[in-house]
Amino acid sequence: MFPSTFDYVRAGSVAEAISILDGSEDAKLIAGGHSLLPLMKLRLAAPSTLVDIGRLSELSFIEDRGDHVAIGALTRHRDLETSAVLKNSVPILSHVAGEVGDPAVRHRGTIGGSIAHGDGASDLPAAVLALDATMVVRSAAGERTVPATSFFKGFLETDLAQGEVLTEIRVPKTSGGWSYKKFNRRAQDWAIVGVAVVRNGSTRISLVNMGSTPLRASASENAINQGASIEEAAHLASEGIDPPSDLNASAEYRRHLASVLVRRALQEASA
Amino acid sequence: MTTTETTSGSKVLGQRVLRREDPELLTGEAKFSDDLAIPGALHMAVLRSTVAHGRITSIDTSAARSRPGVVAVYTYQDLKDDWAGPMPCAWPVTADMKNPAHFPLANGNVNYVGDGVAVVVAESKTAAVDALEAIEVDYEELDPVLDLEESISDSNVIHSEIGTNLSYTWELIPNKDAVDEAFAKAAHTVSERYIQQRLVPSAMEPRSVVVVPAPFGGDYTVYSATQVPHILKVMLALTVGISETKLRVVAPSVGGGFGSKLNVYAEEVLALALARKLRRPVRWTEERSENAVATIHGRGQIQNIELAADADGKVTAVRVNLVADMGAYLQLVTPGIPLLGAFLYHGVYDIPNYSFTCRSVFTNKTPTDAYRGAGRPEATYAIERAMDALARKLGVSAVEIRKRNFIPAESFPYSSSAGLVFDSGDYLTNFNKALDMVGMDELLAEKKLRIDAGSRKLLGIGISFFVEMCGLAPSRVLASLNYGAGGWEAATVRILPTSKIQVVTGTAPHGQGHETAWSMIVAEKLGVPMADIEVLHSDTAIAPYGMDTYGSRSLAVGGTAIHIATERVLDKAKAIAAHQLEVAEEDLDYAEGIFTVKGSPDRAFPLAAAAFEAFTAHNLPDGMEPNLEASVTWDPPNFTFPYGSHIAVVEVDTETGKVDLVRYQAVDDCGNRVNPLIIEGQVHGGIAQGVAQALFEEAAYDSAGNLLSATLADYLVPSAAELPSFELGETVTPSPTNPLGVKGIGEAGTIASTPAVMNAVVDALSHLGVENIEMPASPERVWRAIDGATRR
Amino acid sequence: MQVTMTVNGQTVSRDVEPRTLLVHFLRDHVGLTGTNVGCDTSSCGACTVHVNGESVKSCTMLAVQADGQEVTTIEGLASAEGELHPMQKAFQENHGLQCGFCTPGMVMAATSFLKENPHPTEAEVRLGLEGNLCRCTGYHNIVKSVLAAAASAGE
Repeated sequence: MFPSTFDYVRAGSVAEAISILDGSEDAKLIAGGHSLLPLMKLRLAAPSTLVDIGRLSELSFIEDRGDHVAIGALTRHRDLETSAVLKNSVPILSHVAGEVGDPAVRHRGTIGGSIAHGDGASDLPAAVLALDATMVVRSAAGERTVPATSFFKGFLETDLAQGEVLTEIRVPKTSGGWSYKKFNRRAQDWAIVGVAVVRNGSTRISLVNMGSTPLRASASENAINQGASIEEAAHLASEGIDPPSDLNASAEYRRHLASVLVRRALQEASA
Repeated sequence: MTTTETTSGSKVLGQRVLRREDPELLTGEAKFSDDLAIPGALHMAVLRSTVAHGRITSIDTSAARSRPGVVAVYTYQDLKDDWAGPMPCAWPVTADMKNPAHFPLANGNVNYVGDGVAVVVAESKTAAVDALEAIEVDYEELDPVLDLEESISDSNVIHSEIGTNLSYTWELIPNKDAVDEAFAKAAHTVSERYIQQRLVPSAMEPRSVVVVPAPFGGDYTVYSATQVPHILKVMLALTVGISETKLRVVAPSVGGGFGSKLNVYAEEVLALALARKLRRPVRWTEERSENAVATIHGRGQIQNIELAADADGKVTAVRVNLVADMGAYLQLVTPGIPLLGAFLYHGVYDIPNYSFTCRSVFTNKTPTDAYRGAGRPEATYAIERAMDALARKLGVSAVEIRKRNFIPAESFPYSSSAGLVFDSGDYLTNFNKALDMVGMDELLAEKKLRIDAGSRKLLGIGISFFVEMCGLAPSRVLASLNYGAGGWEAATVRILPTSKIQVVTGTAPHGQGHETAWSMIVAEKLGVPMADIEVLHSDTAIAPYGMDTYGSRSLAVGGTAIHIATERVLDKAKAIAAHQLEVAEEDLDYAEGIFTVKGSPDRAFPLAAAAFEAFTAHNLPDGMEPNLEASVTWDPPNFTFPYGSHIAVVEVDTETGKVDLVRYQAVDDCGNRVNPLIIEGQVHGGIAQGVAQALFEEAAYDSAGNLLSATLADYLVPSAAELPSFELGETVTPSPTNPLGVKGIGEAGTIASTPAVMNAVVDALSHLGVENIEMPASPERVWRAIDGATRR
Repeated sequence: MQVTMTVNGQTVSRDVEPRTLLVHFLRDHVGLTGTNVGCDTSSCGACTVHVNGESVKSCTMLAVQADGQEVTTIEGLASAEGELHPMQKAFQENHGLQCGFCTPGMVMAATSFLKENPHPTEAEVRLGLEGNLCRCTGYHNIVKSVLAAAASAGE
C-alpha cells in the first residue's frame, strides 16, 4: 500500500517547520516516519502536507546536563540504545529504546516521533512517564516545558498544539534500580502490557497498553512508597484503570498481567 | 561441504548437494510475477465488500471512472458476458454436493468481507488504488453466519438458491454395527472436541498476476504466482472461454504457496477477461491486508473424536464427526480437504473399527481450501490429542499408550480399517530413536523436579507420531473420490546434440528445490555431472503436461517420472552404442557416461557420442527414431506413507500463561533420502508452521464478520525470535510404491508439530487438572485454563 | 518532485510523487526489483535495504526522505565481478533460503546486524532478525547461515 497524495516540504530549521505548521490546518511533522507512515499507508491518516524535520541535525543529541540528560527529539532509537551517556545515567531509557520494534525500525524511528505520537501501547512514552521527564516544546510564541505527567492527553493525543514542535526531552538521571517488563507474543510486537519501574528516591511505575495513553500505576506507587510489600503494591497495579480488550488480551487478563509484571518489575528494580 | 555443480557420478543421491536455485534468489536477480516489466500494462485494483453478508443496493462508479488515469471501472453486470461460467470447483465430493455459483465479482449479494464488488483498471497502480475510494456502494446488511454449528442449523441460509448451508455430508463407515459394538464393549472411552482454527496461509509473496495478450494473434500469456500453472491453464480456458491452444501459463519465481496458490482465483479470471476486453496487458498484485481476506484460508473444523479401548488400553474403535468450514463459496478443491484426512483418523495405530462423518457448511467468511498438510494435520491432531487423553484416563504414559497400539512392523503392507494399504513402516524403531535422541527420561525427571519445587515455569513434553498419505495420487483412487483430475505426473528427459541434458517436468516448484533434486536423480542414473543438466518447468509452452506441486507429491510422483524417463533414454542410448560397437545390448556395461563391452573395457562408446549419433541419425539401428529423448507419465499405484515421531518441549509460565517452545525433536521417515539438506529444510519450515498454528496464529473474526487479524502486525506469523533450533533425526524405510523408494516430506513437519506442541502444553498443566486448551494457545487462553483448573 | 540518491554506488535521479515509498522508487523507478514487498505494516522485513549502511524497511520510508542518501539493495551486495557477498554464500551453504522471497530482506537485515554485533550468540541472531519473517525455513538454517557468516568473518 501507499499513502494518499500530500505536499512535502523539507524544513531547514525548527522555525521554518513551525511557520509551515502555522499556515496549515492539518500539516503533520515527519521525522523517522515510523509512527505516521504506517497509518498513512493504510489510509487511516491523510494529512495534506508533510513537513520533514528529519534533517534537522541540531535536534539529534544526547547531552549530560548535570542533574539530567537532554535528548534531542530527533535522536533515533538506535542512538538511545547505544548511548554511553544514557547507559550510565538513565539506563532504563537505553534499554527501552532497544525494545522498540525491530532493528530496522530502531534505525529510523525517533524518540520525539514516538512521544509526539503519544501511543499508549508504545514503549518510550511510558518510559518517559516513569522517568518524570520534561518535554520541551517550541512554537512561534517561544518555548515552553511540559512535564510528562501532563503531556499525554488521550488516544494519540498529546499536549502539542498545531504549530508546536517537540524539540527536546529532559530526563532526570537515575541512580536507583529500574526495570522494564514488556510482555508480548512476538518480539517485534507492541507490548500487550508493559511495565516500567524507576526507583529514584521514590518509586515511579508506568504502564504500557493499559489505556489510551501511557499511565501511572498510582495505587501501586503510593503503596510501595508508603512501605507496602511488593506483593501488596503489585496487587493494586490496575486500580482505577480501565484497560482495553483486543485480539491479544481481554481487559481482565490485562489487569492480571499488570499485577504480575509490576511485581516482577519491582522485584527486579529492588534486587 | 559438497558443492552443487561439481557433483557427478552414481553416488549423488543422498548427498547434501547445495541448491542451484539459490544464486539468482540471493542476488535479487530472480523474477517474481510483480517484478516483470511489461510495457503498457494496465493496473487492476479490486473493490472488496466491507460487509460479511448483504445485498448490494447500489453501486456508483461514475466518480471513479472520471478520475485521471482510470481506464474503466466494472461491476458484475458489466462483465457477466466476459466469462463463460462460474469459478471452478474441481472436487464435487458427492453427487448431491451443493455448490453455489461463484463469480469473480459479486452478483447482487456479498457473502464475505473481501468478496469482490467492482474492479478498476487504470494506467498506474496509484490511479487504480486511489479510484477505489471514489466508488460508492450501498449495502443492505444481512445477519452474517459465522459459527459452524449455527450454520448447520440452517436458521439463516447464506445462499438462498441452494436452500441450505450444508454443502455435503460425506461418510466413511465400513461397518457401523462393529463400531457400535466396540464402543458398547469398551472398558474405556474418551470423547474429545477440538477446534481447528482458521489460518491465513501467509506465503511471503502475495499473489500476483500479469496477462499479456497478443490481440491480433489471439494468444494470451498469463504470468501468475501460482503453484498450479497446468491446472490454471485448463481452468482459465474453460472459465473465461478461451481455447486452450491460445493460452500459455507461466509461473515465474513463486514465493511460497503452502496450498494458498493451489487455486484459480477471481483476479486471475478478471485479469485475463479484461486483457481480452481491453486488448492490453493487465496486471494485479495483492496487498498483504488484501491477502488476508481474498486468498483462501486454511483449516476451520470442529472435530469430535471418540476412542473405544479395552482394559489394556488397546484401542478398538475410532469414531469421528467433523463439521468443516467451507467459507462463503467452494474454491478449487475446498470440499475435498476434509477427505484428505478422512482415512487417517486412526493414525499410526492398529484400530480395527472405523467411522468417519464430515458435514461441510457455508459461512460468511473467506473460502477455505488447501493449506500445508490439507486434512492430514487435522486428522493427526485429533488422534494424537485423543491418544494422550486416553493415556491420562488409563493412567499410563503417552509413550506407553502409543507402544501398545502401533501398527506392528511385520504387518506391512498394512490394510487399514479405513481402506488404505500403508506401504511400509517400522513405527516402534522410529519412536525409540526419537525417545533416545530427546532424552525422554531426563526430561521427565526435570519436569517432576520443577513441579516439586513449585516452579512458575513448568515443563511440558508433547509427543506426536504422525503418518500421512502423500504422493498424490493414483488416478483411479481419485476417481473414487470424485476428484476432477488425475494424479499422474509427466516428465521428459532429452540428451541434446552436445550431450547436455534437458529435463522437463510437470511439477511447479516454489521453494522446494526441484531443479536441484531432479538434476540429482538424472545425474545418479546417467553418471554425468549435474552441471550438464538443466531442469525446465512452470511454463505450459515448455512443459505442456503437468499436475503441479502440492500435497508432498512432487518427488514421489514427478521424481519417479523423471527417473523412469532417464532409464528409457539410457536404454535407447544403449541400443545405439550396441549398434555402433556391433555387440549385443546385454554385453554392454554402463558407468559414468560410458558404455563398455563386458570383459573388454577398452571397447567403449560414450553417452555423448550416442547423443550425437541420435541427432545426426546417420547410422542408427534399423527402425529407430532419431533423437535421444523419452517422455513418461507416471501414475502411481498407491499413495506413499511417510511417518515420524515428533517431540516438543515447552515451558509454561503459570503466572502469565506464556508458552515458550524450548526444544523440538523430530525423527522423520520419508523413505529414501534424495537430498538431506532439502529434506531438513522442509522439516524445519513445516515444524515452524505447525508450531505457529499451535501457539500464534488465528484468523479471528468479530461478531460482524470482519477479519481482525488482517495484517502481519495482527496475524502472528512467528519470527526467529519465537522459535528454537530444531533437532532432527531419521529412519529410512523405503517405499515399495515407486522405484526411488521415496515418500515425501513437504508437509510432515506441519502435520506433526501442532499436536506435539499442544500435547506438551497440556502435559505441563495436566497435574493441575487441565485437559484441553484451544488453539492458538495464547497466553490468555493458557492463563484461563490454569485459572479454571485450579479453581475447581 | 526530483529525488536524487546513490543506489548501489550509482547516482540516480527521478521525478516522483512525494508519496512514493522508497521501495517503490527502487522497484518501479530504478528497476531494481530484488527488494520485495511482503506486507503493509512494517512487519515482514522483505523490503529491507541499507540506508547509509544501516538496515531500513524501505516500505516505511518515503523516497524523498532518502534524497541525498546512500542506499544499498540486494543487487549491490555481490561484487561487480560476480562474487557473492559472504552472507549470501553462507545462506547458500547452509540452505538458508527456500522460495527466496524474504531472502533479499533477510540478507540485508543480517549484514546490518553483523555490522553492529560481529560475534553474536544464537539468541542474539534470533532477536536481531525479529523484524524479518520467513514462511519456508522455520529460521533454523537462516540462523545457522548468519552464525556461519559471523564465524567466517572472524577467520
